[in-house]
Amino acid sequence: MDVTTLTLIELRDALRSGTVTSVEATRAYLNRITAHDDAIGAYLTVDAEGALAQAAAIDAARAAGQSAGALAGVPMGLKDIFLTKGLRTTCASKVLEDFVPIYDATVVERLRAAGVVVIGKLNMDEFAMGSSTENSAFKKTHNPWDIERTPGGSSGGSSAAVAARLTPGTLGTDTGGSIRQPAALCGIVGLKPTWGRVSRFGVIAFASSLDQVGPMGRTVRDVALLEEVIAGYDPRDSTSSQREVPTGLADLPRGADLRGLRVGLPREYFPESGLDPQVSSAVYAAVEQLKALGAEVKPVSLPHSPLGVAAYYLVATAEASSNLARYDGVRYGHRAKADDLYGLYARSRGEGFGLEVKRRIMLGTFALSAGYYEAYYRKAGQVRTLILRDFEAAFSEVDVIATPTSPTTAFKLGERMDDPLQMYLADIFTISCNLAGLPGLSLPCGFDNRGLPIGLQLLGRAFDEPTLLRVGAAYEDATTWHTRAPAEPFVARAGGAA
Amino acid sequence: MSIDWEVVIGLEVHCQLLTREKLFCSCPTDFGAPINSNTCPICLGHPGVLPVLNAEAVEFAIRAGLALECQVRERSVFSRKHYFYPDLPKGYQITQYELPILEHGKLFIEPESGAARTIGITRIHMEEDAGKSIHMDTGATLVDLNRAGVPLIEIVSEPEMRSADDAVAYLKALHEVVRYLSVCDGNMEEGSFRCDANVSIRPRGQAKFGTRTEIKNMNTFRGVQRAIEYEISRHIEVIEGGGAIIQETRLWDEGAGRTRSMRGKEDAHDYRYFPEPDLPVLVLDPAQVERLRGTQPELPAAMRKRLVSDYGLSPYDAGVLTAEPVLARYFEAAVAAHRNPKAICNWVTSELLGRVSATAVDACSVTPHGLARLVALIDDATISGKIAKTVFERMMETGRAPDEIVEAEGLRQVTDTSAIEAIVRGVIEANPVQVSGYRSGKVGLKGFLVGQVMKQSGGKANPGLVNELLDRLLGEG
Repeated sequence: MDVTTLTLIELRDALRSGTVTSVEATRAYLNRITAHDDAIGAYLTVDAEGALAQAAAIDAARAAGQSAGALAGVPMGLKDIFLTKGLRTTCASKVLEDFVPIYDATVVERLRAAGVVVIGKLNMDEFAMGSSTENSAFKKTHNPWDIERTPGGSSGGSSAAVAARLTPGTLGTDTGGSIRQPAALCGIVGLKPTWGRVSRFGVIAFASSLDQVGPMGRTVRDVALLEEVIAGYDPRDSTSSQREVPTGLADLPRGADLRGLRVGLPREYFPESGLDPQVSSAVYAAVEQLKALGAEVKPVSLPHSPLGVAAYYLVATAEASSNLARYDGVRYGHRAKADDLYGLYARSRGEGFGLEVKRRIMLGTFALSAGYYEAYYRKAGQVRTLILRDFEAAFSEVDVIATPTSPTTAFKLGERMDDPLQMYLADIFTISCNLAGLPGLSLPCGFDNRGLPIGLQLLGRAFDEPTLLRVGAAYEDATTWHTRAPAEPFVARAGGAA
Repeated sequence: MSIDWEVVIGLEVHCQLLTREKLFCSCPTDFGAPINSNTCPICLGHPGVLPVLNAEAVEFAIRAGLALECQVRERSVFSRKHYFYPDLPKGYQITQYELPILEHGKLFIEPESGAARTIGITRIHMEEDAGKSIHMDTGATLVDLNRAGVPLIEIVSEPEMRSADDAVAYLKALHEVVRYLSVCDGNMEEGSFRCDANVSIRPRGQAKFGTRTEIKNMNTFRGVQRAIEYEISRHIEVIEGGGAIIQETRLWDEGAGRTRSMRGKEDAHDYRYFPEPDLPVLVLDPAQVERLRGTQPELPAAMRKRLVSDYGLSPYDAGVLTAEPVLARYFEAAVAAHRNPKAICNWVTSELLGRVSATAVDACSVTPHGLARLVALIDDATISGKIAKTVFERMMETGRAPDEIVEAEGLRQVTDTSAIEAIVRGVIEANPVQVSGYRSGKVGLKGFLVGQVMKQSGGKANPGLVNELLDRLLGEG
């Protein structure tokens, strides 16, 4: 048996029953990384030695009859934005190239407490700024479905690793779509929870009021299981919610129908232009499937959505300019040689940050500067309120909203690097959900004629992740998209139009 | 031509709060810990850290605000203030900007010159302190982050002071209040009570303010006085000389006795304030505020009034006793143990303060209870006032209770008439010359005879009894 073909839940069960040990599972994943990651480029750091030692300790504890956690023995790679004590954490930036954290992020602590074995750290856009993972300071990550294409971003290392079976599941972060868009482009499932549902402590901040940690996996139930492990109040994050986390989401009954469920289709998310017709027809087909399962489908309107991208790039850049001020070369991180204080700052930051990060720091600094704050940051805050009201009005009529996750399937590496605006528009369908703080789920709903995956996005009410997961699981039970895997060895696809 | 200039002064005072932990992490705040030892990933500004507001600091801020008659905002907001400096780990300071926790207060002042009156307080906001930069002769700068994240309140006055005396009176009154509340130790030299002054002048009668300068780096009350006086005369000199004051920040140079330019308006930072997204809006429960109001300690002004009206002390003595919170507490504790405030006041102001400083009375070997007991022993004639001084000395030396000392050293006053009568008779017999002199009208000689009796009794004879017996026995002769 190749344990890497198991879903997260299947692997957990195999570990529980003793069919496989943690050392075997860990070694199997490490071997796959050795065999395939040269082609994919998902991992920035692999800690084989540490992982095997951890796995052996978990096996020994289990053999000694000690109670094991919900994910005891499961090996996992994590986005390099999560602080891992003693294991280099770079955020894919030169500024943190040699940074070894002295504490674990709360979510890492929770994974470890559940018995997860951390095998390495996954590539991403530098400081999570980007939609293709091409902004990593260290390497490109390739989409396993076509290695000439992007896995999406910023959690592109994570989505590629799940799709290529280089990790059985993982966590990402989502500020404007960074979990859902790469999940869609790699044909996997990604959940961006409600803002405040999962602790941000120990997660390197990009835009605090938008950032949220969430699970990524091969199935909806895998994602539900991870969500249950990581969600919940953390006294170290004052913005985390004290609401109880519903349990049992991973054990949703198979083949449930969706009678009584109301699904909204917002017209603003199906524009005449800018949306790949293959994507829209796959999403419409998915909606038909929901109908077939008993759901009622209604049109809804989210009239302020077109303002979302503009508001997002003000809020996100403003907060980023502030959050990244600490990388100054004084206490840790990249420190340039300089003759005076100004030189130390200018050079350390100039050398340490990449182009896109600098672009956003400058945009954000401008948006917050005296005389512009009112026109930009405050105005963007008002737009957020309007967008949230749109959603509240829609959710008074429907239970979930269905949209495409990304307007296109995976684009070619390099294709949009010279056109940041075009790149920003890749987030057009995912951004509003972050601005409103609501949960969103992306799951596979088809493939285009090049064999590239298409994602369906489901948006829900605040803290109503259970409904999203229930709908997602019912859809998944009725379809087979999630069972497809990219062909190996991972190569470029010549077929289809350019 | 001489213009009648009116001086306008507003003060911004930063008080370090005496909380056990920092404002946003649980690092200790104790002064004098080894360099960079009171630190953690949060106050070092490591990646991924988040602030968690210290509830004790909020309580201390509210206590200060209530004492200064401020309105407490039910909803206040923390903001980020950005600037780059090596002792500011995150590249921003978390402070309050648009919506501070406290507003619209006032403070009563009694300046050395000018009228006693009330000065308005615009606002009080909470913020974290930065670390400390130590600039070396080599050109290097060393950074100590022990102070980074220590809670501060900034108290901003209205521009209602009109002289350096006003400013010093305001500062002293404020200093007294925060120390009475035990929310700040008030140590100006260590920087836990820091003051910046905004100074401008205008022709009297003009409504518009003149251009102001901000003075920093004043570490004593005297320094504040001198710096403001210097700055006022500098403004007058510049303007009367045909020049104009530039809006700028100036540093007080205590040694040189002058202010000098630190940075001008054109170098002013753009702090790029925006609401701190990592902290929710601070929402205060009015019931909690009322509970704090109900448990506020008595403030010095009220206490002085009470000492005069209830205890009959002189305003001067009331002032001496309330000059230091520990002294005031000492006095109150002693009076609570033995209600003779006037006598206790005398003992405290003359004997106690003659030996220990007012700030150290709480550590003195004579406890408030011990002092009260000593006064009680005088009041019930167990010992004389003179012996009491000896007992007090012993108490200072040994820390023992006065009753114990009196017993152990046999200092109890002799009130046994027959014992004293025997001594008196002996003295009369032994001093015939003085006795006959007294009887022939030299009444002054009686003092000599009393002295002899006291001497032979070892000072323990009750002086009233001695006089009485002498009068009777000398009359018999």
